[in-house]
Amino acid sequence: MNFQSKTKADFKVVGTRVPRPDGVDKVTGRALYGADFSVPGMQVGLILRSPHAHAIINSIDASDALALPGVKAVVTSSDLGVPEDEGLRDVQDNCLARGKVLYDGHAVAAVAAKDMATAKAALKLIKVDYTPLPHVTDVDAAMKPDAPVVQEARADESVPEGSGPNVTHYCEFGHGDLEAGFARADKIIERSFKTAATHQGYIEPHACLASYGTDGKADLWCCTQGQFMVRDLCAGIMGMEGSQLRVTASEIGGGFGGKTTVFIEPVALALSRKSGRPVKIVMSRVDVFRATGPTVSSSMDVRIGMTRDGRITAGEAKLRYQGGAFPCGTVDMGAQAAFAAYDMEAVRTQGWNTLTNRPKEAAYRAPGAPMAIYAVESVVDELCQQLDLDPLDVRLKNAADAGTKSSYGPTFDQIGLMATLEAAKAHDHYHAPLGENQGRGLSCGFWFNFGGNTSVSMIINSDGTVGVTEGNPDIGGSRASISMMAAEELGIPYDKVRTVITDTNSIGHNDVTDGSRVTFAVGLATIKAARDAIRVMCGRVAKIWGIDPDAVIWEDGAAKPSGPNAGNFEPMTLAEIAAISSETGGPIAGHHEVNAEGAGVSFGVHLADVEVDPETGATQVLRYTVFQDAGKAVHPDYVEGQMQGGAAQGIGWALNEEYIYGEDGLLQNAGFLDYRIPVASDLPNIDTVILEIPNPGHPYGVRGVGETPIVPPLAALSNAVSRAIGVRLHELPMSPPKILKAITAKG
Amino acid sequence: MKNIHVSTTINGDDAEFVCAPEETLLDALRNRLGLSGAKEGCGTGDCGACTIEMDGRLVCSCLVLGAEAQGAQIKTVEGMAIGEALHPLQQAFIDHAALQCGICTPGILVAAKNLLERNPDPTDTEVRYWLAGNLCRCTGYDKIIKAVQIAAADMRGA
Repeated sequence: MNFQSKTKADFKVVGTRVPRPDGVDKVTGRALYGADFSVPGMQVGLILRSPHAHAIINSIDASDALALPGVKAVVTSSDLGVPEDEGLRDVQDNCLARGKVLYDGHAVAAVAAKDMATAKAALKLIKVDYTPLPHVTDVDAAMKPDAPVVQEARADESVPEGSGPNVTHYCEFGHGDLEAGFARADKIIERSFKTAATHQGYIEPHACLASYGTDGKADLWCCTQGQFMVRDLCAGIMGMEGSQLRVTASEIGGGFGGKTTVFIEPVALALSRKSGRPVKIVMSRVDVFRATGPTVSSSMDVRIGMTRDGRITAGEAKLRYQGGAFPCGTVDMGAQAAFAAYDMEAVRTQGWNTLTNRPKEAAYRAPGAPMAIYAVESVVDELCQQLDLDPLDVRLKNAADAGTKSSYGPTFDQIGLMATLEAAKAHDHYHAPLGENQGRGLSCGFWFNFGGNTSVSMIINSDGTVGVTEGNPDIGGSRASISMMAAEELGIPYDKVRTVITDTNSIGHNDVTDGSRVTFAVGLATIKAARDAIRVMCGRVAKIWGIDPDAVIWEDGAAKPSGPNAGNFEPMTLAEIAAISSETGGPIAGHHEVNAEGAGVSFGVHLADVEVDPETGATQVLRYTVFQDAGKAVHPDYVEGQMQGGAAQGIGWALNEEYIYGEDGLLQNAGFLDYRIPVASDLPNIDTVILEIPNPGHPYGVRGVGETPIVPPLAALSNAVSRAIGVRLHELPMSPPKILKAITAKG
Repeated sequence: MKNIHVSTTINGDDAEFVCAPEETLLDALRNRLGLSGAKEGCGTGDCGACTIEMDGRLVCSCLVLGAEAQGAQIKTVEGMAIGEALHPLQQAFIDHAALQCGICTPGILVAAKNLLERNPDPTDTEVRYWLAGNLCRCTGYDKIIKAVQIAAADMRGA
């Protein structure tokens, strides 16, 4: 669909900074998150996890655990079937290992008991006999032909013959004549990069409460980015019909992509089915680190050619990602995103995914893109240094724009990259003086954005207020923006609308809250649901006035005759129409179901100033500014919040965060003390500049904004640090010892 | 071992509970008293989501035993608003978008209130260091620091 001809420009509610509807609950402690639910008779569920990086499970003996008073059930993978669908089987095998444990922390068995102390005691009584196997956790080592084999025969049809035994997927994108492009270059730089795996780091551990009845009906409460995804995966694993499993999403204490699959939910259901009692599982932070989430780690080669005046002639990237012990397709997104910011005559990207003995990768904010774009933007910056060119001018010279054939295939519609680059160039930040040991870096960022399956219902209450029901957990203030779009379209005040997020039995399917899709797709469906309700209201009024429904229009929250020929009638407001609805045909509602397209890609540019302490190698971020195209910022505070939060996560990724595995294949830093995410005193204010280049695919021009901001910080900081210390870095995180080593090596 | 009977004061009200000897104050608050405003993000005192005030001092309630609450004055996020009136910090957090998912918010509010009671006019750097033990993964802290300063100015003027 294309709304370009009528993208709305005059807004009354959209674009204001209204209070969020869940604000009071969240500042008073009243909001209920995953671990805050309880029901009578509830048992405590705990999961036993592998102490090995890779081992055969010879046997599991739970008889002593079951004999302990207060223990109600023990489950292992043998309590579940073996799903035919490979993807579902992987999800299940990640929740409870079948035959082999594939990483440190892989779930092996679970117990339900009357209280935590009994559950802990029972876990210790479960005897698992393992035969340890050789393991591999490094991406390059895992791709070697003689590497330990994580899982046999998991390569898909894309993998070329002769690839190592752990390679599961290969992809390739691009266009143009690469070698002709490089031949035109005055300077070619080729570099190799590595980035560590990082965790989403949501402060709320995964938590759920399952209640399975003897009649085969079940209820599940959990913190998730998608209750419908949880329902579908759990029903598949449990062999249930979807309608019999009702999943309700709690408030969610952060997700960032990490809550787009299941870890404990099927286990809690299996324990509840076996014990006949409700079972609650709350993960510990150690288990969150060992067994959920992290993003891929990467090893990459990038080669770019440039003319003396800064025109990129060709670019090539080879991306090797590991996504843990199960196949994943994240490298596809990295390979597509790597050069997306540039208008390229010749470009080629290749990607390989390999298995390792690490937890299964989960999506993390623009999955796959930050590391690929870090490598490309680092090489572009080094070319600028070597050719003595201004890095912003070079980006402007090569920037993708409307009509550009993107590096991954599609031709771009209206995009905001040029505008964000120009805004960065005009900003004082770019021109502020720098001191000794200080450096400035910049990077472009990109994310595809997504639309997807979406259902919205809207009720017009007889008192003139409006209820919106949707099915996407609110992870960043989306209930506010959805209510705002409903109010805007209906022409009523924001505080007359209440938006709630409902369970899987109360509305049509909704894809997961991911892909920066909610404000775009749920917003679009809300606007369409409002138009549906308006159609009904105009029909009622036409009946009252005795005129044709087409002769009634909706303006400023009221039905009006479309013109003098339609008749002379006083406008009827929404409240007036609603008040007499029982006399005009009954309750009034609207709804809209869609698989939304036209999400509109997103670009941002970040500027970072750093100071590096030459004695310690520690980096202080002095100043940080985010420029991003939001299409239309529905609630500017929360758009800024996404830009700031994404930047902070990217800063952590660049400077500090990493999964550290020992020679033994065990995770060395499974806690917030040793896996240090940025704290308040680590960061400066993060300034924001919102650009609004309307997305033609949305009636109000909205683009998703959530993911792009994590992409640029990696290269922006690496470029800043490299310029500050006078030596180029090629590995993340740039922890103080690594920086100190680089300074020392330079001499 | 037998459970322990504890008499304490929570948000100005007398309170009694029994808890296991090894039970944390956080678990006692959440599971025995129904005060689920304090959250467990780590259980090891690293994230600050369980921050409460005990005898005027900020503590991670996951590192305090329930039994240690005997005779203490406990304050939690549930005691910040007076009737319908939100505390200026709570109001500033809503008005200035200082929360996204909200899981860290109770701990940050309790910590910020304690700061402003000790230092009504802190610098941004002082606020950042005071809140360095309260992790937030959503906001990048920018709007939190600004909201604390707005509330501080409001409270100084009040």
